Amino acid sequence: MMQPQEQSATSAPLDFFAGIGRRAFNFIGELGAVTIFFLHGLFLIFSLPFQFKKIVQHIYFIGVKSVLIISLIGLFTGMVLGLQGYYSLVKFGSEGLLGAAVALSLIRELGPVLAALMIIGRAGSSIAAEIGIMRISEQIDALDTMDINPVRYLISPRIAASIIVFPLLTAFFDVIGIVGGYLTGVVMLQINSGIFMNSIYSSVEWADVSEGFIKSFVFAAIVSTICCYEGYFTHMRPGGFGARGVSLATTSAVVISCVLVLIADYVLTSFLM
Amino acid sequence: MTDNTAKKPFIEFRNVTKRFGDRTILDNVNVSIYRGEITAIIGKSGVGKSVFLKHIIGLMKPDSGEILFEGRPLAGMKRNEWTAFKRSVSYMFQQNALFDSLNVFENIALPLRERTSMKDREIREKVQQKLEQFEIEEVLDKYPSQISGGMQKRVALARALVTDPEIILFDEPTTGLDPLRKNAVLAMIAHHQREIGFTAVMVSHDIPDVFFISNRVAIIENKKVPFQGTPVELEQSDNEVVRQFLLGQESLKDELTGLLTKHELERLLNSELARMGQYQNRLTLILFTINDLKQVREKIGYILEQRLVQCLGMMLKKHFGMIGTSARYDTCSIVTVLPHTDKERAVKHLERLKKEMQEMALLKADKYPKSCVDISVMAGIASTDRPVTIESLVREAKNEQQLMARLSCSGNGVKE
Repeated sequence: MMQPQEQSATSAPLDFFAGIGRRAFNFIGELGAVTIFFLHGLFLIFSLPFQFKKIVQHIYFIGVKSVLIISLIGLFTGMVLGLQGYYSLVKFGSEGLLGAAVALSLIRELGPVLAALMIIGRAGSSIAAEIGIMRISEQIDALDTMDINPVRYLISPRIAASIIVFPLLTAFFDVIGIVGGYLTGVVMLQINSGIFMNSIYSSVEWADVSEGFIKSFVFAAIVSTICCYEGYFTHMRPGGFGARGVSLATTSAVVISCVLVLIADYVLTSFLM
Repeated sequence: MTDNTAKKPFIEFRNVTKRFGDRTILDNVNVSIYRGEITAIIGKSGVGKSVFLKHIIGLMKPDSGEILFEGRPLAGMKRNEWTAFKRSVSYMFQQNALFDSLNVFENIALPLRERTSMKDREIREKVQQKLEQFEIEEVLDKYPSQISGGMQKRVALARALVTDPEIILFDEPTTGLDPLRKNAVLAMIAHHQREIGFTAVMVSHDIPDVFFISNRVAIIENKKVPFQGTPVELEQSDNEVVRQFLLGQESLKDELTGLLTKHELERLLNSELARMGQYQNRLTLILFTINDLKQVREKIGYILEQRLVQCLGMMLKKHFGMIGTSARYDTCSIVTVLPHTDKERAVKHLERLKKEMQEMALLKADKYPKSCVDISVMAGIASTDRPVTIESLVREAKNEQQLMARLSCSGNGVKE
């Protein structure tokens, strides 16, 4: 993180523009640092000996432990989509398309995004906090002095696990969500179950599914990198030392990942449409 | 060490400068560290001792100058050379830096697991051996936060030693430990050093304990290294900075008694004596001595002994605070310097003081119901109108000493 440089005051408007420029430079510098951090971590996933056991541990922590929350959120999202969709479609007498509406919005959009947001809240924050605490208690320096590459040891397995887990959790979210839509649409609102399922079969194409998956891969990279980065550089944060530094790092890990996920979602959608 | 001139340094700091922003921490520092020795880096807190240590292992890089390992600069090393060097070094952190989500066994095994191709069974054996050596077998499945500070130190030491390093860097290995454990840790380091023969660099402020185990000492003071050499050379050094430093370490005791240190007294007296030559003043010195203080310590303990000196110090401050200064001269004497005062006035002051001193609670027999002690406080006056040495003044006062107050063993001899 670059420190903003104090400039001698010349004149107010010049200062204003200088401030914008400085922030822009900082932002771009930070962006570059995050990218390099990600590529470094990604590259070291494939270094030997392969850290299979550690990746599995993180898959368990990020993935398996998130299944319950993902199913709950997925179920209720699907159910509310069913209700809202029915309410809008029935006005045009086309409630038969409810299955398609629920499935498409889940697979293309809500599945990857909501799953990512839930994982940020559950696993991302704890990744940032754990790595942040390791940083402030010199455990990362200790790894370095033992000639254990801290990026390889701490970051790579988390990135690898995220890339494996995000698409799986997204798929899981989609399926549970469609079940939720089925519950409200068919069981509660009495749409014919055959019509509901058929509209899903006829409207969902492979391109929709792959779009959802591409998104979940990108979100995995964003979330794991940002959360690890914020924790890893806790000590560089201006004004944040010790426990306060870790709390700030965790907060900004969550906030930045959420915002970036939504921005990336828009960008990806507009490219993949 | 004199024979070091022939030896080549193992690790050498050459004109190393380090700044944080515009704050200079190390300024053109030159230090030599020799193979197989324990080198102690001492200095007040915050002078950059840890920064010094972190340079050796590359956690920090110098802004200018270089660090040589066996004559080769660290900065110019090839990747595989650097890796080999780093693997031969262990670092013991000030706060131990144990991995708090791994248990004791995993902590010690980690460096072996991560960077050797040893089999699980071999690792287990090796760790077990270290656990036994440091007597921490019973905590092997506990987490660092579940064990005591002393135990954590031992685990950290075991982890540092498990890879059989050639060089170990200790960052304040004894900070935060009680005196007993402090010595235990130092003894442990010395013992293993003798056995294995690694090179140790130890940052510490445990003076003088650290001198007993180190072969060489370097002082970091005011961004520079004003002294490096053997502990014996250090003690005999007449380098002003070094003496100041050693005296500074002792000042705590005198802060407790509220008196100046001997060094401060010397400075004060010298300036007074110098001024005397110009203005022809008189200067009077009173020497107070508590007789047999050593015996007091043996019979009634260290705390009461200190309390006694403290009480005397406070009494003198009360009496002479306006016209003079009191300072600790040696373990059992206090010197009061009264500038612009002649001998007659000093005698009058002393008469008044004598009455009060005889009422001193610490000189009452009922204070020590369990033991029989002899305490006597003596005072002597010396006066001069021309510059003389402090020693001769003190000697003169010593010859003049008379009894001020006394507690005799029979218990009723308070009054003389």
